[in-house]
Amino acid sequence: MSYIAILITFIFINNFILVQFLGLCPFIGVSKNSENAIGMGASVTFVTTVASVVTWAIYHFLLVPFNLAYLQTLTFILVIATLVQLLEMVIQKVSPPLYKALGIYLPLITTNCAVLGIAIINITNNYNVMESFTAGLAAGLGFTLAIVLMSNVRERLDLHPVRKAYRGMPIAFISAGLMALAFMAFDKSLLTNLHLV
Amino acid sequence: MNILLAIIIVAVLGGIFGYGLSYAEKKLAIEKDPKVLALEPIMPGANCGICGYAGCNAYVAAVVKGEAELGLCTPGGPSLVEKMSEIMGLKVDPVGEVRRMVAHVMCRGNPEVTKRDYRYEGLEDCNAAALLLGGDTTCKSACLRLGSCINVCPTGAISKDEKGYIIVDEKKCISCEKCVLVCPTGAMQMIGADDEYVVECNNHEPGGRVRKYCTVGCIGCKICETKYPESGCTVDRFLATFNQLAEHNQIADAAEACPTKCIVKL
Repeated sequence: MSYIAILITFIFINNFILVQFLGLCPFIGVSKNSENAIGMGASVTFVTTVASVVTWAIYHFLLVPFNLAYLQTLTFILVIATLVQLLEMVIQKVSPPLYKALGIYLPLITTNCAVLGIAIINITNNYNVMESFTAGLAAGLGFTLAIVLMSNVRERLDLHPVRKAYRGMPIAFISAGLMALAFMAFDKSLLTNLHLV
Repeated sequence: MNILLAIIIVAVLGGIFGYGLSYAEKKLAIEKDPKVLALEPIMPGANCGICGYAGCNAYVAAVVKGEAELGLCTPGGPSLVEKMSEIMGLKVDPVGEVRRMVAHVMCRGNPEVTKRDYRYEGLEDCNAAALLLGGDTTCKSACLRLGSCINVCPTGAISKDEKGYIIVDEKKCISCEKCVLVCPTGAMQMIGADDEYVVECNNHEPGGRVRKYCTVGCIGCKICETKYPESGCTVDRFLATFNQLAEHNQIADAAEACPTKCIVKL
């Protein structure tokens, strides 16, 4: 599979949020305005990319030689948690406003199933290190795309007269559902039509 | 052997990551204001929000920035103000003895003594019930006894006794007034923790009407106010209130004379 095919697969066809429904908590929680959404997207992209490479290395150089593949979930969580902690420190130092805006959702990346998801998908798909890197990057970009689109939708929704019962979360969930429907249009045939497979 | 290897590998990984993190923490350390560090541990930590900030830490941040005054923390009381002013290096006038307030339900109504407009079978929530004609009780100032206040109390001071009355544990109450805010009928009110008596009614309607639907409500007969001028009770808009700070040596007699016995000894 070429790198472009991997990019298209994880950004559009298997978009983590809108198709696989992974990592919905920050998707709904941090999509109130686009600035925070971009920050959250960037953090997740960083974590998925680095986590993909590190978990790939740990799996192939540590777990496989010692026949310990069954430890993958445990070690991957360890790697992800460490990365998120590191990221949290860096963001707190570099950009306190972003740190404040991300709030509880930053530590929550630790348990974000999208991050663990991409690490495990890389292993099951037998990707090599560059493919894993690309897949991690693409998964993060797909997450960013979805959350930024969502934040723009919600910013516009704030200006519209929405029925009281739908205001806030309910209308956000409905919009998310409609976006997911739209993303269902991308499927494997896209890759065939683009002559990538 | 295999399990030993697993333990060693996970332990080594954990050790490496832990050491790396602690190194990064030192490298990326953020200098926190020493005042913030000193203030945070002495706050009550209930994050009740009576100060108007999102929680104890947010209030501390605002105090250190000079945006907030010192005395906003009701649960902390005067002793906390003293400690905080010491840390902040501020001279505040010594705080006078602040009267501790506690929440109290100003209603003795129950299904036997208070008439109902209808039978409520909805959500166990006073505010939901109050949306339907102000609650099922004919008295629209009564305690609806569905316990919304129990759910908002940050210290778990409010409970329901076996007869269905809402009772407040005065020792646990931190005067955050959350229950007062959530109560749709206004039956939950703040009284002094040292009060000896309280008029347990919240109904401002004329006595004739109150009598029709409740046998334990204040009817505004003014016996306590006129016959016992030193009872500490005053009647305003058909409802008596007791003031602990006023002269009240006749309060016991007034409570005895009250026709509906709504002056209650605590």
